[in-house]
Amino acid sequence: MSSQTAIQGIPKRRKKITRQQIAPYLFVSPFIISFLVFLAYPLVQAFTLSFQQLIPFSMDFEWVGLDNFRRVLIDHRFFSALWNVARYTFWTCVILIPVPMFIAFIVNSKFTKCKSLIRSLLFIPVLTSTIIAGIVFQHMFSSEPGGAFNEFVALFGINPVRWLHQPGTAMFALVFIAVWRWTGVNMIYFLSGLNNVPQELYESAEVDGASGMQKFFFITTPMLKPIIIFVLTISITAGFALFNEPYVFWGTTSPQDIGTTVVILIYRAAFMLNDFGYAATLGVTLFFIVMIVNMLQLKIMGLFRKDD
Amino acid sequence: MGLQGKRRILTAINTTMLLALGVLILTPFLFMILGSLTPPRDIFAHGLGLRLPENVTISNYEALFVVRDGIYWRFFFNSVFVTAVTTAAVLVFTSMTGYGLGQYVFKGRNFLIILLLCTMMVPGTILLLPIFRMLMTFGLIDTHAGIILPAMVPSFAIFFFRQFCVGLPKDFAEAARIDGAGETRIFTQIYVPMMMPAYGAMAILTGMGVWNDFLWPMIVLRTTEMLTIAPGLLMSMSPYGNQWDIIFAGSVMSVVPIVILFLFNQRAFIDGLTVGGVKG
Repeated sequence: MSSQTAIQGIPKRRKKITRQQIAPYLFVSPFIISFLVFLAYPLVQAFTLSFQQLIPFSMDFEWVGLDNFRRVLIDHRFFSALWNVARYTFWTCVILIPVPMFIAFIVNSKFTKCKSLIRSLLFIPVLTSTIIAGIVFQHMFSSEPGGAFNEFVALFGINPVRWLHQPGTAMFALVFIAVWRWTGVNMIYFLSGLNNVPQELYESAEVDGASGMQKFFFITTPMLKPIIIFVLTISITAGFALFNEPYVFWGTTSPQDIGTTVVILIYRAAFMLNDFGYAATLGVTLFFIVMIVNMLQLKIMGLFRKDD
Repeated sequence: MGLQGKRRILTAINTTMLLALGVLILTPFLFMILGSLTPPRDIFAHGLGLRLPENVTISNYEALFVVRDGIYWRFFFNSVFVTAVTTAAVLVFTSMTGYGLGQYVFKGRNFLIILLLCTMMVPGTILLLPIFRMLMTFGLIDTHAGIILPAMVPSFAIFFFRQFCVGLPKDFAEAARIDGAGETRIFTQIYVPMMMPAYGAMAILTGMGVWNDFLWPMIVLRTTEMLTIAPGLLMSMSPYGNQWDIIFAGSVMSVVPIVILFLFNQRAFIDGLTVGGVKG
């Protein structure tokens, strides 16, 4: 708007104005180039590949229509993988939103000292790679009595648990690492949101005699809704794409598929079995599932807003 | 007086609990360090727990220099190289784009912003195979360029810089234009200095991400000598590598630089991260 009036207003400075018009396109050119090369083109490729199959003993592809998608529907490993990542995503969302939010609420309270030290301490886990965290936790979750988690349950007289060999405890181990790594990051997101909550709201609530808990549930939680939606969206996207931790724990094949995820199946198909068409199809399927879950989530969160 | 005492107790409880949580959350690092001082066969036999190793040894750290002629340091410096180049490229390209989207009004801007938001929702895994095939065509498999190029313009960073730039005043640019400054100079000499907090936060966030990246380097890099730390250490665990002695010591050494970087910049980092405004 303002640049247009400038153009009409000062015709004499045409040369400068032209430069000013071209400049933004030059500034954004890295995004346009990278978008075309590393996103749009590969995305089209992925969709194309999902309707194709490699002709055996050649480098050529043939069109197979919906065959790959039919394979997905009867692939029971795919469904165990999907069930695993769905449960993982569910638990990470259920824990990694209320807990960091509550911690942020306490950190933000005027009755807390050493705030920046606490923020930093809680943030440090995410600095480690999931691979290294995975290696350390793999041995903390050792089946031997000397593993850290078995030492812990021994305090309650429980016999050593084979953590990474049973479905329930395996899921616990995966969720545990996620909680350990992400509590600090999500807390920082919520803290940034808390800065935008007007202090007067709390003060007037105090005048009305609201308790700390009431302030948390009736002021903080509703005010943090945009951040909750943001964290929920990235948690869902990342949760369904789980790969690193189970890969460290079990590699690409785990007992009874307790650690199989969709991305592990994609990795196997693409880079171990040369089943390119099927790998692409799994990718496209995951893409749509994540989209649908996120849309549903946004819809539900949005509906809530209309209610209050 | 009673109220004051109550407040003091509340402060003490809050602070102690949070500090205790902070210390508790660091325990895996303690286990990592204990592991690095334990002979690998003891870890296998007993698991990694809270007990001083019977035979404390620094031989694992010596192994970092000895195993396969110090292959660990090849991994380490490959990681340093890839991280430095990628982070520098990311900062240049995404700050440019973010500035362009945040400070100019031009035809197609809103379309680009919507496109940017859409790209942030595409799961990266769907692109693994097509990009791999593209790199194969250009002969970039098993090169560091193959992991640097696709990572140079992440949408998340562009969005972060744009949110930051929207908040910056526009009058400086107007004034400089009247004085005859070119658009590039306005960006590099006026706005880049103002964007420093954003650069700080993005440098750590990007550097951390690249340093710890695993899946993509593991797919692209084939030769052991080319590997970065995360795939390198995991390969050392595999039956082919089987160099268990370098794993925990190597993990400690790989965590140290990033934690030091963070501790020196933590205030700028966390402030920068929150200023950029995650606004849902």
